[in-house]
Amino acid sequence: MSLRIVRPGLLTTVQDRGRFGLQHFGVVPCGPMDPVALELANALVGNRGDEAALEITLLGPEIAFESDALVALCGAEMEARAGGVPMPTDRPVLLEKGTVLNARRATLGSRAYLAVAGGIAIDPVLGSRSTYLPARFGGLQGRALRAGDGLPLIDRVSAISQGRYESLKGKKIFGRLRSVSWSAPALTLPAREPIVIHAMAGRHHALFDAAARRAFFEATWKVTPDSNRMGFRLAGPVLARAEAGEIISEPTCLGTVQVPPNGLPIALMADHQTTGGYPKIAEIAAADVPRLAQLAPGGAVQFARCTLEQAGELRRVLRQRVDAARRALAWDYR
Amino acid sequence: MYAEFGDSRTAASGGVDLETNQSLQALAAALRARGLPWVRDIVPALCGVAVHFDPFHPALPARVLEEFPALLEDAFKAAGKFEDSGRTVEVPVCYDAIYALDMDEVSGTTRLSPSQIQKLHVSSKHLVLMVGFSPGQPYIGGLDPKLAVPRRATPRTVMPAGSVAIANAQTAVYPYETPGGWSIIGRTPLRVFDPAREPASLFAPGDRVHFIPISRDEFESLA
Repeated sequence: MSLRIVRPGLLTTVQDRGRFGLQHFGVVPCGPMDPVALELANALVGNRGDEAALEITLLGPEIAFESDALVALCGAEMEARAGGVPMPTDRPVLLEKGTVLNARRATLGSRAYLAVAGGIAIDPVLGSRSTYLPARFGGLQGRALRAGDGLPLIDRVSAISQGRYESLKGKKIFGRLRSVSWSAPALTLPAREPIVIHAMAGRHHALFDAAARRAFFEATWKVTPDSNRMGFRLAGPVLARAEAGEIISEPTCLGTVQVPPNGLPIALMADHQTTGGYPKIAEIAAADVPRLAQLAPGGAVQFARCTLEQAGELRRVLRQRVDAARRALAWDYR
Repeated sequence: MYAEFGDSRTAASGGVDLETNQSLQALAAALRARGLPWVRDIVPALCGVAVHFDPFHPALPARVLEEFPALLEDAFKAAGKFEDSGRTVEVPVCYDAIYALDMDEVSGTTRLSPSQIQKLHVSSKHLVLMVGFSPGQPYIGGLDPKLAVPRRATPRTVMPAGSVAIANAQTAVYPYETPGGWSIIGRTPLRVFDPAREPASLFAPGDRVHFIPISRDEFESLA
């Protein structure tokens, strides 16, 4: 039970839900940039939500399956083929032994998740299988996947996965892949740009001058090409401070928007540093971070100011939508 | 003493003196002792504590942020006096010019000789105020005020792993080769962070630190 990387794609890493409880040692959780897509991918193949899957970035990999595998590709829409025919996304697909999955360019969104029933059987490091690229541990040797890498799969799958595997295995197909006719909803893809991301004023919002405070919530920002899993660098108006002065290094969070001395904001993403000394102009609502993560370099974003209460409401709404999607797929699975 | 951070994290904060840091470490310990299932991370820092929680945890109270000040106050009452971790970390450091890349500059700024700088650094009462930035990187307070130098105007693009560096009133030990703006006065052969070791991090908040001068030969035999 394993899969082999034929071509790695732009940046393909192993990610589970993340490595929690160690931020006071400077260890950030890492985990998926879009946890919603990872959760749905795992649910589609009958895995627990915390199993490790592959996070695929912008340009997909080519992967050979050395055994039958129940898989699901969620998140960014990708041009993907398996065994030479188009691979349907956001649904369970049974790939038979010897099949090669060829994922190419992302056509909408930037990060896709390939979950395999059972999950990826690499040893957890400090309680997680997530790849920690800056510190080079976790995942496969702490690095992005390369051509020739083999990834063993956990062969004791859940009863749900087994049932789903068998129902697809018995299905009559006519030159297509073994799959179903329904799909899970894409909850985090950018419908049209600029996408609107909700954010609260940050702890140091008042340190910026009036023009900067206004510009942050009015400008259209572009994600620059040097953005990565640590942070999204945003190009737009330069945000000036009302007065200079150093900020004492303090904890930073997923979704913190900090402004270094060049005046261009950085939204902190999954691999961010745990502390930092740049002023924080905003904090992105937790529910909107996965949607921001799906924006590709060059993508446009506007920030809509929200209150803490509104951010809480956004969270509840997102949770309800994810739960509804999970219930629907459990029901439709046949 | 309380500031909101966002809807999946919150923080308490105060001034940047040793006493505040110690009361915040006590607060972090008291919060940790509550064992709240929806709390993912409690991060004591120089002058604040961040609490990261799972925004989708089923047990998360609906009005968690509204209720948080009261929870913090309770934790403060329960926290009592700061106790250090009870650990003293001994860190061998070679202060030789080959590793102390910025010794001359520090010497120029402080008007102290390299051997005086070493002596003052070794005799300072060091305490880990926070671990952050990258895995295992300690921010160590207690540096003798005579050694207080500002950050370098132009940060180095590469601080070698193990570099012992100072800025303002603190010492840092760099676990990884990273860019950095602090002045390097020595290097330790120890691995500051090793995910395969238990515990992975050499330093934890609240640890006392003794820097022990070693020669180049000793450095090489330990490295």
